[in-house]
Amino acid sequence: MNEIDLTLLEPVLQTYGPQGRTALLPALHAAQDLYGYLPEPVAEAVARALHVPLADVHGVIEFYAMFYPQKVAQTVLHVCNDPACGMAGADALFKNLTSRVELNLDAPSGTSVTVERAPCLGLCEHAPALMVQGAQVAQADRRSYEDLVRGRLPRPRTLVGGDIAILTANCGKNRPTTLEEYTQSGGYSGLRRALQSSPAEIIAEVKASGLVGRGGAAFPTGLKWEGAANASGDPKYVVCNADEAEPGTFKDRVLMENDPHRILEGLLICAYAVGASYGYWYIRGEYTAQMEIVTHAVEEARQAGILGGSVLGSPFHFDMEIRRGAGAYICGEETALFESIEGKRGFPRIKPPFPTTHGLFGRPTVINNVETLANLPYILAHGAAQYRQMGTEKSPGPKLFCLSGDVVRPGLYEVPFGVTFDHLLNDLAGGVRGGELKAALFGGAAGAFATPQHLGVRLTFEDLRAAGLPLGSGVITVFNQHRDLRDVLLRLGHFFADESCGKCYPCQLGTQRQYEILQRVAAGSPLPEDVARLQDVGWTMTDASLCGLGQTAASAVLSAMRHWPELFVPAAQSAPQAQV
Amino acid sequence: MSESISLTINGQPVTVPAGTTLLKAAEQAGISIPTICYHDYCTANGLCRLCVVEVEGSRTLVASCVAKAAPNMQVQTHSERVLRARRTVLEMLEASVDLSEAPEIQAFSQELNADPQRFPDAEKRQPPVVDDNPMYVRDYAKCVLCWRCVQVCAEDAQYTFAINFTGRGFETQIGTFFEKPLPDTSCVFCGQCVGVCPTNALKPKRQWLMEQGYSTDEIMDMTRTERRRRKRAPLSAE
Repeated sequence: MNEIDLTLLEPVLQTYGPQGRTALLPALHAAQDLYGYLPEPVAEAVARALHVPLADVHGVIEFYAMFYPQKVAQTVLHVCNDPACGMAGADALFKNLTSRVELNLDAPSGTSVTVERAPCLGLCEHAPALMVQGAQVAQADRRSYEDLVRGRLPRPRTLVGGDIAILTANCGKNRPTTLEEYTQSGGYSGLRRALQSSPAEIIAEVKASGLVGRGGAAFPTGLKWEGAANASGDPKYVVCNADEAEPGTFKDRVLMENDPHRILEGLLICAYAVGASYGYWYIRGEYTAQMEIVTHAVEEARQAGILGGSVLGSPFHFDMEIRRGAGAYICGEETALFESIEGKRGFPRIKPPFPTTHGLFGRPTVINNVETLANLPYILAHGAAQYRQMGTEKSPGPKLFCLSGDVVRPGLYEVPFGVTFDHLLNDLAGGVRGGELKAALFGGAAGAFATPQHLGVRLTFEDLRAAGLPLGSGVITVFNQHRDLRDVLLRLGHFFADESCGKCYPCQLGTQRQYEILQRVAAGSPLPEDVARLQDVGWTMTDASLCGLGQTAASAVLSAMRHWPELFVPAAQSAPQAQV
Repeated sequence: MSESISLTINGQPVTVPAGTTLLKAAEQAGISIPTICYHDYCTANGLCRLCVVEVEGSRTLVASCVAKAAPNMQVQTHSERVLRARRTVLEMLEASVDLSEAPEIQAFSQELNADPQRFPDAEKRQPPVVDDNPMYVRDYAKCVLCWRCVQVCAEDAQYTFAINFTGRGFETQIGTFFEKPLPDTSCVFCGQCVGVCPTNALKPKRQWLMEQGYSTDEIMDMTRTERRRRKRAPLSAE
């Protein structure tokens, strides 16, 4: 083994050391960029420079899937394992790549390669997708092995469509909108208007707009802001949650790579309204290209005086930094995300207290999803009344839907709340590919299945709730009648077992037990009492878990059990199943 | 002095000082709620979820060890919904961990009619025993991940920070920096972790050796050598 040259690490330690524990993830990322992994002496040096206990640093490295305590190959291919990629042949892709790697073991080129399965990479409309050293690859089955390993491939181009283009006004051209373009198209006028109003007036406007969170929980945005604005504690923080990792979701990725300033403007409006002087933009570790785009946009804004001591010439001062996740779905949970920014394992906290009073670093904090923030420039520029012209009384505004799976035109669709599932699927996305509609998974892995009888359902919070379907973050993964849903459930089960943080017993144990039973179900040989076991495990996770991950980890399975009980009995007892 | 709060637990009116947890309020009313991770002298984390109760108006069950009593709260500590969750958690735990030296947890299982064989073919956590110091052994096959040892090693008591977590999810374990033997860590062998372990996953070495049939003299002999080696080691290492 080569000696580790710790002098390389000096600049990293000098940059991050003085910041202390909060800089742990950035420091580990920087160190891993240097050495390819995090060997013991490097981890120790980082620990000492940042004054973090050694065992804690190791605990953090072990928690995040993208940190490697052991040496890895020079090139790592992460093959996406989510349902959409699975249907597009991810397993075959994985096998092909693995056999190529084995064949090339003795190749003189000297480049070592490993192939790993990854949780949803957020490239569902480009299935089967993979990631090479952080670079995102679409339709990876159509690329040569050599091109993949070299990593020189065109950036995936996302189809952006729909009935309206409010949030996606600048999306679809496959390159980021510059500050100049954004400003010319009316950008930052919402912020300008906000800065001429009082924070209370802005909060009233946002409340009047009826905007609710788009990350999945649908909490009223104005109410959240009001809570933080009224809370005592200084400083206050705002956080943009861009840890998009729900299988099937890619809307935040598309917004970030096409129109980062719209999100930044939303974050600034939020900060001014709640009285925050500092912010964080937490982007999932797999979104490296988007991270670069956002970094550039933030720098543009800083140069133009939109960030800093005097925002757009006003007395309001605000600055922020971008944080990179490191491979943990749970960090999309708001309190786990705070822990991650604080340099810890992403364990969700007990609520209450809520983030509005006890958030990041124990201070009042507003954390909003990317899409939520992207709504704000429009609301502030055009007013709540005009915003409410879109959508329904109870679900006003525009909504992004991520369509993938067996659909003719997978992509991102923006519609006003209230269009039907039928309109979205058949009129906009071109209908089901390869057969008839069998099912659609609404809300991602944490969601529930819709069937053809739901085609007429209007896509609003109230209509979906009545139909027993979650809107979640706007994911719709479509399955045609030839698909074996047991395979889909197996992938979801694996995903949750893999991503459970392990803190509370129902989820730590339940995701594992659920996965074991789903393996038997997928093999067509469940045990006699497995249905009852799945029910008990599922309801216990739903009812007794500490956070939203555990509370939704059985949602899709329980809904499949309601719709297709025949899938869960031994193959001999059920009708013959169409196999893929 | 402090204001008092009136609530109802299992239909029974209870008055407690503000800030009292539901667990303590129930205790005051003579109602016993089972717990695993909770310890009077550790920070409550509400993670074993055995202490969950039903609170009227709450979407999910709440952990009574951390939830505070509130005025007019209606609490059910032993409803069918609560019992199902507790029973299933225990059954899943039985399938994962060696609870042979955790009589308290076994008693909960019996009380709740939990079936230890409920999950056939379930993967058990069975890491080998770690015997790396003369003071105590770590048998993580018996570990229920209550977090108490990590907490007393850190801010709850000792501030030594010798141990933390490895892995995540079902694969979570307690471990040291890069799995180093305890004598090579900041561990000061205060024994607090052993004291708060509810399942004998952490056990004094002497007790462990006696259980294996060694006589006290033999044990004295074995550990003396170990102690001497340890005493000398820092000198030669400096």
